[in-house]
Amino acid sequence: MAARRGKRANRVRGEDGASVRRELDTKLGEVLQSRGNANTVFDILEYLESENDGHVLAAIRTCSKLFESLLEKRELYIGDLPAEADGSSGSLSAEEKYKVWMRHRYNSCVACLVEHLHATSSQVQELALCTLMKFVQVEGKFPLESAIWKDSYRFPHRLLKRIVHGLLQEEKDSTLLLSRFQEYLEYDDVRYYTMTVINERIAQVNRGTKEALPPIFLNNVFGLLSAINMPVEGELSNFLLGQKEKEDDWKPAKLKEQKKAFERVWMGFLKHKLSVSLYKKVLLILHESILPHMSNATMMIDFLTAAYDVGGAISLLALNGLFILIHQHNLEYPDFYKKLYSLLDPSVFHVKYRARFFHLADLFLSSTHLPVYLVAAFAKRLSRLSLTAPPQVLMMMIPFICNLIRRHPACLPLIHRPSAERDLTSDPFVMEEQDPAKSRALESSLWELEALQNHYYPSVVRAANVISRALSTQENDVSELLELSSYELFEKEMKKKFHTVPLEFEAVHGLLGKKHDITADHFSL
Amino acid sequence: MGKNKQTGKKPPAGAAGRVSKARNEVRNNPFEVKINKQKFTVLGRKTKHDVGLPGVSRSKAIKKRKDTLLREYQQRGKSNVFSDKRFGEYDTKLTPEEKMMKRFSMERQKVTDKKTMYNLNEEEELTHYGQSLAALEQMNDAVDSDSDTEERGALSAELTAAHFGGGGLLRRKAAAEQQDEEPEKPKTRKELIEEMIAKSKIEKRERQSQKEKALELTEKLDSDWKAIQGLLSHKTPKSEKVEPEKPKPDDYDMMVRQLVFDIKAKPSDKMKSEEEIAKEEQERLQKLEAERLRRMNGENVKSKKKPKHLSADDLMDGFILDKDDRLMLSYKDGKMNLPESEEIELKTGGNDQDAAAVVHEDSNDAEEGSDAGDDEDNADAEGSDEEEESNASDNHSDLDSNGDSEEDEVLAKVTKKSKKTIKKQPKEDSSQLPFTFDVPESYEDFESLLNEKPTEQQVIILERIQKCNHPSLAQGNKAKLEKLFGFLLDYIMKLAAQETPDLRTVDKMIIPLYNLCQMFPDAAADCVREALQDIARIVNEAVESKGRAAYPALHVLLHFKITGMLFPTSDFWHPVVTPAFTVMSQLLTKCPVASLEDVAAGLFLGCVFLEFVSLSKRFIPELINFLLGILHLATPRKASVDYVVVPPFKLHGKSSELLLIDSTEDSASWVKKNLPLTAINGLDTEDKTEINHFKITCISVSLDLIKRCVDNYGTLPSFREIFSPIEKIICEHLPRNMYPEKIQDLCKKILENIEKRSKKPYSPLAFEKQMPVPLKMFIPKVMPVLEFGKKQGCNKVERERKRLIHKHKREFKGAVREIRRDNQFLAREKLSETMQRDAERKRKTKELYNSLAMQEGEWKALKKRKRKGK
Repeated sequence: MAARRGKRANRVRGEDGASVRRELDTKLGEVLQSRGNANTVFDILEYLESENDGHVLAAIRTCSKLFESLLEKRELYIGDLPAEADGSSGSLSAEEKYKVWMRHRYNSCVACLVEHLHATSSQVQELALCTLMKFVQVEGKFPLESAIWKDSYRFPHRLLKRIVHGLLQEEKDSTLLLSRFQEYLEYDDVRYYTMTVINERIAQVNRGTKEALPPIFLNNVFGLLSAINMPVEGELSNFLLGQKEKEDDWKPAKLKEQKKAFERVWMGFLKHKLSVSLYKKVLLILHESILPHMSNATMMIDFLTAAYDVGGAISLLALNGLFILIHQHNLEYPDFYKKLYSLLDPSVFHVKYRARFFHLADLFLSSTHLPVYLVAAFAKRLSRLSLTAPPQVLMMMIPFICNLIRRHPACLPLIHRPSAERDLTSDPFVMEEQDPAKSRALESSLWELEALQNHYYPSVVRAANVISRALSTQENDVSELLELSSYELFEKEMKKKFHTVPLEFEAVHGLLGKKHDITADHFSL
Repeated sequence: MGKNKQTGKKPPAGAAGRVSKARNEVRNNPFEVKINKQKFTVLGRKTKHDVGLPGVSRSKAIKKRKDTLLREYQQRGKSNVFSDKRFGEYDTKLTPEEKMMKRFSMERQKVTDKKTMYNLNEEEELTHYGQSLAALEQMNDAVDSDSDTEERGALSAELTAAHFGGGGLLRRKAAAEQQDEEPEKPKTRKELIEEMIAKSKIEKRERQSQKEKALELTEKLDSDWKAIQGLLSHKTPKSEKVEPEKPKPDDYDMMVRQLVFDIKAKPSDKMKSEEEIAKEEQERLQKLEAERLRRMNGENVKSKKKPKHLSADDLMDGFILDKDDRLMLSYKDGKMNLPESEEIELKTGGNDQDAAAVVHEDSNDAEEGSDAGDDEDNADAEGSDEEEESNASDNHSDLDSNGDSEEDEVLAKVTKKSKKTIKKQPKEDSSQLPFTFDVPESYEDFESLLNEKPTEQQVIILERIQKCNHPSLAQGNKAKLEKLFGFLLDYIMKLAAQETPDLRTVDKMIIPLYNLCQMFPDAAADCVREALQDIARIVNEAVESKGRAAYPALHVLLHFKITGMLFPTSDFWHPVVTPAFTVMSQLLTKCPVASLEDVAAGLFLGCVFLEFVSLSKRFIPELINFLLGILHLATPRKASVDYVVVPPFKLHGKSSELLLIDSTEDSASWVKKNLPLTAINGLDTEDKTEINHFKITCISVSLDLIKRCVDNYGTLPSFREIFSPIEKIICEHLPRNMYPEKIQDLCKKILENIEKRSKKPYSPLAFEKQMPVPLKMFIPKVMPVLEFGKKQGCNKVERERKRLIHKHKREFKGAVREIRRDNQFLAREKLSETMQRDAERKRKTKELYNSLAMQEGEWKALKKRKRKGK
């Protein structure tokens, strides 16, 4: 695909690009024709370092063709490569010498391509990546290493390592390239070896900088890691390099090994100190694309509890992962509800992850085994907070509180206490108390909801009026209201049909100065 | 021939009579009639099937089956069909005579064609009514048919009948004549009805012609009247105005006339006294207020409002006929009060008699009278309407200025000033501007009309456009003026969106906008809703992409202010105001305050918001949050605080000390003055003192808003919880001693008020007492039956569905029954067929047996004889 796009770009570039391409084509032909013309390779490689993007693209394509066919013909030296300098000295036949020399050209070409992964033009980047991956594929078929190790001989481990190193840059954001690379990550073998390589890369960078890792690098690593799409189950059969013979102990073919590698690489990544935004990103995908694929999810406990203790939005996000651990992995978390209780503050209504948080809170509070004081404390605190909430939140909050009371009928005194003989002088509820057990919520009533019966927004008033009458036993469905936005409210209002438009009967005299005009008191034209 | 055709179509009267007679016989035969018994007799119900004639209907059904089903059955095995090729045999359109004629001619043609082929000399034989002419010629008749032309038809008919034996045509004609000869015979019902219809048609035509005549006459009368009208009303029609010979009335004449008319005019056209007008006005306002309260409490408007009576002739053009729109004849300063002056009176904005008189004198010279006579009445009609309105507004301003608070005085001053300016206008401008304007078709036209003109002229142009194109004057005017509202709103926004907003003009433009809105509430609502939609969309886009939005510019914020002026904001739900509420709430919660302009914009929005709920006293959490945030901006930064600020404000944001005052001298020199609206778009000063003053003003505004909130929400159940953060921040964190005295007093007052109101006891919540559930009754539920035979109690769609289901069921049953009957019929036929076959076979066998027996007998007899013979 990228190649085709490159071609089109070339055509745009016109005569110059075309002539270069023609020239390269003829040179390619020459090299492949006879070994005598081998020195033309230098010309091709020269173009690879040209300034002109068009030339580079053409050169990359030519190199790709050249070395692929050389690899297929096995015209590159196989085994440990002697150094260039002593390659010329005796002991080797002319044939060998040629192969060694060609192998060196190949290496320099690869080095150049890896270099191009950092190029400014995205086209060059993509094409370089594709070509490199192509080399990986061909090298896997015609290995350059002598078969010593059983496992990795078929996979060009070293080449992949170079590519991954090229991808995970320290200074430059390589999101675009990573998204291209994601296609290759679909192959099970590529995925497996990439995961093994990432850890090495992190360790290498860490050694280089000594202190905290550079944020861009971490971002890149996260980009690559989040691009990994783990298979759920079943036979792994999607390999970049076709399997020649069935081998039982080939690691990439086993899901268990893959999971282990996955877990190792994530744990290695999460060890490091992450920026707040990256923290949030990790937590956002944690429950969906990380936890289910780990061989031992409990490894995450430390990370999650630490995140839960951070406070604010990060705590809210950690909740989801914790939920999975508690629910599926028997995590015992002391003071979980106390912590949840302390998470409730006015900003909860304004953060982006509101819907997620309340969805989980609804789940946590749906247990019928919770003590009454706890549920009452939650209900009271939420209703106290709703005094500061915008209408779209109130639309969700009021049914939420009512659902709590419905689930735990023992909380009914919060809205219905007919036997009380005297009025209270103040609200017994202690808002500042962090422990729900000591908040005295059960002695209080939800006066806040009563106050909301005077809200300016009609639907909120209607929702709040529910508490004046005996509650129905049917719970309200909150899930649809969770993500309600202010604009949706507006749209809803605009869609309502109306018959007449009542008009203001007080005549105006100008922009300011009506009977109840507060603006006129403070502003002038 | 025509007669023949008619008879051909219908069965002849005689035949019809025979059939009906037979039916009557059947009906009267008690053995034929079956009466369907009814359990109950229901009044007013019509029944179709109370009497049935089973015999008749069965025979009818059988006959029909015989014609169709049986024939099909009999021909079931046949592949060839018998087709009748006789010409026109099945053509019902042809009368038998025509049919015969055609057939005959065709036959003749065939014969002649064939013959001429071989027989050239054969002559054609001429016939008359099928008889050869040659034969006729031989009988020499005496009667010369050509001689008596008058009776030819009758005679010839008779003659032909007599002589040639006549065709069917003649006989039928005779029969028809016979019918005509017997008019005494009772007419059938059909004929009677036809007669009646014809009669009523004639009458109708007559009435129409009479009406036309009357109309003509009135028109004539009108034209005559117009000719002498000038004499009567002392005013020559415009066209004759130039005539110089009009005698100048001398003082005496004038005096006499004045006296005469004065006396006559007084008892009938008594002017309403001031008190009366005030009282009426008060009643009107009370009514409107009651309506408003009802809407505020969210009661259903529709159920209470009864539709006004509408005449069937109403054209829905807003033109009210039954109003008395005749001119009041009155004199002033010796001159007759003519309707043109009313318009100007309107402009002066009241029933200020003297002013009106002055203006009247001034404008009499100008060509105000260009309006034609017909228009005058209309103009007056609308004029009186609007006069009321302007009266209303005047009364208001009076009431306002009577109040003792300062603000009201300011307000009154403003209105007075504006009144003065308006008063001057007609003198200056009426001579320069044209008097009639068309409603602009597009916004560009509208803008070019108003551009580059002083404000006063623009207002006048708008007024004139409105007057010249009042919906009652022409048909398309309503739509045009409805569009004008949109243009005007856009124009106002354009003015406000300029680099230096032209707020003075905007201020003036609001009045025509309000008037237009009063005229076309629906169009105005649509327009404002559209504008709000745009704002909401823009804000939403910003919020979705960045999670926050910037405070919009002044002209956008003005939308909310204008919405509040045009529509009642205290309603429980309002098609325009409620969406506006949501947008304002979104702005207050999503726009972070980053600069002093933002503070001003936010405070403006807060003012408008609070104003919206000033009557209904509804609770706005966003506003409290916002004011708390503003006060937070005015406090010095601290590591931790004991109150919680709500987003979009942050505890330690970049601008968390935005409103902190840094010098006491500036605060000492501060005097209360209103913020300019333009500050929302940007502060134009760099001066530190001024900026400090601006900050102090902002603080004072927000404190004042807090005070109002405290007053408004004093009755809310959790008042203390709502205001505790604000109380805390004012009490402990606000650097009050940095502020001028006035603000310190304000703070004190707020704290006192909060203290006072939070003493309220907390009474535990309990459900409302519910009515005990009534026991189940076993009395039948009685419901009014509005229409018999119709399903009750569901909507139109449901009813239609039920009707269709019912119909389908009935049809289905009918079809099943028909099929069953068909089968029975067929079975019967088959049975009879087999029986017939069997009988035939039996008969034949019998015959055979007989013959055999006979043979046997003969043979035996022979044998016997032989034996005997032996």
